[in-house]
Amino acid sequence: MPSLGADMDVGKVAKWLVSPGDVVRRGDVVAVVETEKSTIEVEIFEAGVIEELLVAEGEEVPVGTALARVAGPEGPRVTPSTSVPAPIPASAAARPASAVVEPATTSTHVDQPRRLVVSPVVRHLAERLGVDVHALEGSGAGGVITRADVESAGARLRDVSHSPLDASQPAPVPRGRPSPPPEHRAYPSLTGVRSSPLARRVAAELGLEIEGIPGTGPGGAIIEADVRRATHREASVVAPSPLGWSGEGEAPRQPGPAVASGTTGADTRQVAMRRAIGALMARSKREIPHYYLSTDIDMSHCVAWLERVNTERAVTSRLVMPALFIKATALAVATVPEMNGFMSGDRFEPSAEVHVGVAVSLRTGGVIAPAIHHADQLSVDALMVALRDLVNRARSGVLRSSEMSDPTITVTNLGDLGVDSVFGVIYPPQVALVGFGRVAERPWAVDGMVGVRSCATATLSADHRVSDGHRGGRFLSTIDRLLQHPEEL
Amino acid sequence: MSTVTYREALRMALADALRRDERVFLMGEDVGQYGGCYAVSLGLLEEFGPERVRDTPLSESGFVGAGIGAALGGMRPIVEIMTVNFSLLALDQIVNNAATLLYMSGGQFNVPIVIRMTTGAGRQLGAQHSHSLEGWYTHIPGIRVLAPATIEDARGMLWPALCDPDPVLLFEHGALYNIEGELADDDGPVDLDSAIVRRDGSDVTLVTYGGMLRVALDAADALAAEGVSAEVVDLRSLRPLDTATIISSVVHTHRAVVVDEGWRTGSLSAEVSARIVEEAFYDLDAPVGRVCTAEVPMPYAKHLEDEATPQVRDVVVAVHALGA
Amino acid sequence: MTNTIATPSGASPPEPAHGLHLLREMMRIRRFEERCVELYSDMRIRGFLHLGIGEEACAVGVMQGLDDGDAVVATYREHGHALARGMTMRSAMAELEGKVEGCSRGRGGSMHLFDKATRFFGGNAIVGGGLPLAVGLALADRMQGLNHVTACFFGDGAVAEGEFHESMNLAALWHLPVLFCCENNLYAMGTALDRSESETDLALKAASYRVPAWDVDGMDVMAVEAAARTATEAVRGGGPHFLELRTYRFRAHSMYDPDRYRDKAEIEGWRHRDPIPHLVEQLTTAGSLGEGELEQIEREIDAEVDDAIAFADAGTLEPVEDLERFVVTERPVPGAVP
Repeated sequence: MPSLGADMDVGKVAKWLVSPGDVVRRGDVVAVVETEKSTIEVEIFEAGVIEELLVAEGEEVPVGTALARVAGPEGPRVTPSTSVPAPIPASAAARPASAVVEPATTSTHVDQPRRLVVSPVVRHLAERLGVDVHALEGSGAGGVITRADVESAGARLRDVSHSPLDASQPAPVPRGRPSPPPEHRAYPSLTGVRSSPLARRVAAELGLEIEGIPGTGPGGAIIEADVRRATHREASVVAPSPLGWSGEGEAPRQPGPAVASGTTGADTRQVAMRRAIGALMARSKREIPHYYLSTDIDMSHCVAWLERVNTERAVTSRLVMPALFIKATALAVATVPEMNGFMSGDRFEPSAEVHVGVAVSLRTGGVIAPAIHHADQLSVDALMVALRDLVNRARSGVLRSSEMSDPTITVTNLGDLGVDSVFGVIYPPQVALVGFGRVAERPWAVDGMVGVRSCATATLSADHRVSDGHRGGRFLSTIDRLLQHPEEL
Repeated sequence: MSTVTYREALRMALADALRRDERVFLMGEDVGQYGGCYAVSLGLLEEFGPERVRDTPLSESGFVGAGIGAALGGMRPIVEIMTVNFSLLALDQIVNNAATLLYMSGGQFNVPIVIRMTTGAGRQLGAQHSHSLEGWYTHIPGIRVLAPATIEDARGMLWPALCDPDPVLLFEHGALYNIEGELADDDGPVDLDSAIVRRDGSDVTLVTYGGMLRVALDAADALAAEGVSAEVVDLRSLRPLDTATIISSVVHTHRAVVVDEGWRTGSLSAEVSARIVEEAFYDLDAPVGRVCTAEVPMPYAKHLEDEATPQVRDVVVAVHALGA
Repeated sequence: MTNTIATPSGASPPEPAHGLHLLREMMRIRRFEERCVELYSDMRIRGFLHLGIGEEACAVGVMQGLDDGDAVVATYREHGHALARGMTMRSAMAELEGKVEGCSRGRGGSMHLFDKATRFFGGNAIVGGGLPLAVGLALADRMQGLNHVTACFFGDGAVAEGEFHESMNLAALWHLPVLFCCENNLYAMGTALDRSESETDLALKAASYRVPAWDVDGMDVMAVEAAARTATEAVRGGGPHFLELRTYRFRAHSMYDPDRYRDKAEIEGWRHRDPIPHLVEQLTTAGSLGEGELEQIEREIDAEVDDAIAFADAGTLEPVEDLERFVVTERPVPGAVP
């Protein structure tokens, strides 16, 4: 089947004008072929005798298919003189005969066109997958198209069309919306945060979370200047001024060292952080009159409960003990509100909300204690999710400024490190810090008998200006009581 | 130093070229006896004669094609198409012959032709006489497109354009012919490849060319009074674009507005904007703005024409919209 | 110059050697075109293919009147013109196969054959698009004081284009040495001449621009040569002339044309006027063509075409890394003007 135009893929033999046995000369019209556009007479470029007609009248075959076999002076050959074995596209009617035909070589053709060699089985697979064997490079010996070639082409088709059953259809071209003129441009940002590329880049360099930064750019977008402003605020959250500063929006009196100057580079940041923490701790000890209490808590119910709950869960959704500690502390605040709030000057301002700061140690050294907001209202599961997320982000340095400024009470847990009890330093302007040591088996007397129970030591560091031992003791015993019924947390 | 008009600078360039090389000749409608539709070639016929300053019949396709043929045959023709509006009649010759012959012939045939055209609106000439189609031509590989916006460039771009072995289109904005400026006595050929920062600034980059340079500079003055420092980049070469200069400016100011007299859609400003986004995305503090002609055929009434075309206030407003 | 419309008198039989030369030239073109059909059917030539089978006498005849320094502008049906002008078969065939060894590095294909060495300026695919180029080439020759002729080939279809009008006018107005050769094969693709022209006498149209114009039997190579020599002599150093070469293409417009618009009987009628057998007969009668000499010529031409095809088949593809070369001249190129 000759190519009779750039856009011709297939042709149908409408009528044969010769039969086997006929003598033909070069230039004789031997068949009438129908294409999509018209009907064309096909001539033969060989002289010889027609041996066999290979394509029947009415049959449609792709361009390049051998139409007839001609015996010429040089022996039997297949026409057209430069024959190419019939490639079978997915949509054409397949011929029952094998698709592999030996190409004849002629003296006039030095360079054969690429042969399409594909076995019937592979051909069938290609049809099923909607793969056009024409378009494949055969990876088999001699350029044979293999099953693997067809399968990988089929997989690519699937990726494109997203529908394995529909792999034969080309992926539909999405229509696309016309772009509105800028006046109407008000697409909600997918992440809820509109910020310029420059702002994001600068924020990333400074290790800042861009969300939450107030934007003053076009349409309220966050621009570079906003990020620079936020940098100053961030610094003061890490190293707050002593007493009297309670959160965002207020200009810090003593911004921490290096961080505020917007130094980049992880090392410089770590050093700066250490310094800021150190300053913070020193100030806390200097200015807050601490008192300390401790109590041992029977953790057997918690241990048993956790075990039971966790066996039914995937690793990623299991609960850990600190989640119970945090929840219990958050609930206990209801009983002793003097543990939850801020010192403002000389006055204590209790907080209606409970945002529990969680002390997280950083891999590079240092500790920060960002808040889980409304810890008292979260289910243990939700709290667990929040805790996991917080710890991850704290360690990768992507915290929100509100998380840094909002804790109303802080919990620290060093149980994993094998420490029995920890008497921590309060994070100003908070007024209390609850510590938990490791859960371990200890001798325990119950009903006059000595047994072994899982226990942990809970400690309280509190601001004596706001509460006293009596209140503090009450607080700890409430936590103890809550931890005896973990299923109710 | 002397004070000359843009028109006079062009005339000096033409005369200089005709004197320097015998292969150079000027061909177009009314370039000879009439002295040029915009009086650019006044006096040239008298000095150089009718063979070298050729009046043509109104056959844009014919004489542009003839110019291409003459270039093929060893001459260095300057073909003047009266305005870009009439160049549409010669589009086939420009696109299918001038731009294509070198490539299509596998490098055999150069077409060293220079085609000059007047462009732009602002003189109440109506829809068919007010086009700014430079952007269309910048779409075509194989031609160089220049837009002299200053006296210096009007004087200095022609000779290097003639020296270029490939086709060059030179666009002269109609509103510039009368502007005056200083020209050094030894002012000569200028570099054709670079955009030039005409005014330094730090808050926003205004990218522009041709007749809009004045608008951008005036806008920069207005913005300066408000405390906004605008940098103005004159493209000079529209194809190829001096992307490096544009980008280094935007990296510096973080904001860009393109001022282009073409219609907004599919215009040169869209190309500039795309390149800024491609190469300076992470330095942008705001979207790239564009100030272009309104999407209307140019109206005749003055107030409508002014409304449709980029004005200083439009540029100022566009800059404000970027938060600068 | 008066509006002369005349058919030059039938030429007397040529000198034997020259006659054989004309025959060989036409047969080369014929065989080349026939092989192109095969190669196209086999997909070794792609895109559009417009063949000049039947029109060989036009190209061959006109080329006899041209010098090496003259210029030729042709259309997309230009294989014969390129070969008759002196492009090698190898160069042309390699170009048709898209190989870098082709005259245009494979960039042009069938419709864009170019050859600087023989001042062959294409290969133009826009109908009528080459006419202004021819005017310009002639203008350049005139301005540089060179005594060249620019031969511009186009079809009857181009006469309808505005550029025909503009170019004829400019050439006549400026007295330029252009030989306008219109190969009137009666059809502009599928549209017959009388369906597209109010005035179908093309020579008469040309005369309206005060360009001397002649009708010529385009199927008689010697008539074409005679007319071309006479016209070229007048054009050289003078003004334009117009030759209407009345000819016919035996095949369809292009490879994919079903040729529905032509009557089979009409085609058969013109086949009987095939310029090659016609010349063979003339030469045989005149005793210029000996026994077996025709077959010998055929064999030699077959070998030449075979060689060209082998050369093309063995050719190489231009590396894709070179895609952007020659969009503009490669630097550094000194601006040749000091």
